[in-house]
Amino acid sequence: MASHQHDENCKKMFALLSEYLDLELLAETCKEMAAHISGCGPCAAFTESLRKTIDLCRAYQPQELPGPIARDARQKLLEAYQKMLAGRRS
Amino acid sequence: MERAAEIELARQLLAGDPEAFDRFVDHFRAKIFHYSQTVCGHREDAEEVVQETLLKVFENFDQLRDPEHVRAWVFRIAKNACLMKRRKSVYAPRQELSLDEFLPARGADGDPVKIEIADWSGIPENGVLRSELQHVLEDAIANMPEIYRSVMLLRDVEELSTEETAQVLDLNPDAVKTRLHRARLLARKTLDSYLRARRQPVEGN
Repeated sequence: MASHQHDENCKKMFALLSEYLDLELLAETCKEMAAHISGCGPCAAFTESLRKTIDLCRAYQPQELPGPIARDARQKLLEAYQKMLAGRRS
Repeated sequence: MERAAEIELARQLLAGDPEAFDRFVDHFRAKIFHYSQTVCGHREDAEEVVQETLLKVFENFDQLRDPEHVRAWVFRIAKNACLMKRRKSVYAPRQELSLDEFLPARGADGDPVKIEIADWSGIPENGVLRSELQHVLEDAIANMPEIYRSVMLLRDVEELSTEETAQVLDLNPDAVKTRLHRARLLARKTLDSYLRARRQPVEGN
């Protein structure tokens, strides 16, 4: 039943893959997963694709920016800040 | 802006230095706008959420106990402002999606080695493919169920920690991890389909 065993390991790994990539697993689990991935082609390819998905997210720059802030809106914020400072001093 | 520069601006504002005010406003307007647009989904709401959030931020700036966590603190206020406006998402799943839905399809004979997965090795740092993928990712995030979308945005785009994200969204850290994993799997699946379709030889070539 070697192939079945293989499949179960892949599924177990699959559930923990994000935590593995985020280094949030216990050292022992992490080591087991690294060993499995290095010996399993599909899991290695899948892990790489998930890692690159995360990389793309981190490099993501929103294309759409808010319009310029209106002068009175900025003034309102500045007043709120100054009021907060004044309240703290009193 | 680097996280360190953002923390420094928060420190300056806490110390009463108004020099930091304009930079802080401009920096966080863009961030809150993107967050509220992704979560609320309407541009008009997003502009309102930005202003309402920043007003609350400045009114309560002295309650920011740790400038190190200014990003998470601002996002928590933004989330609450969004909640006031949010329309019920038609995509909201009633329960967590099962992981089995994300397992790559196997070959016809069930051989796990013949798993169907695109070749991700050649994605360049720049160029056309990279920018195409950024757009595909943007759509993938926009179309995910909201419970996954907000976690992915905070964890992977804004790079908050698991604990910070949990605090922003009123979730426990395990729920953040569960949702993040599914969000990433959803995004990965969309990107993978795109890559596979793109590499299909065009008929006649």
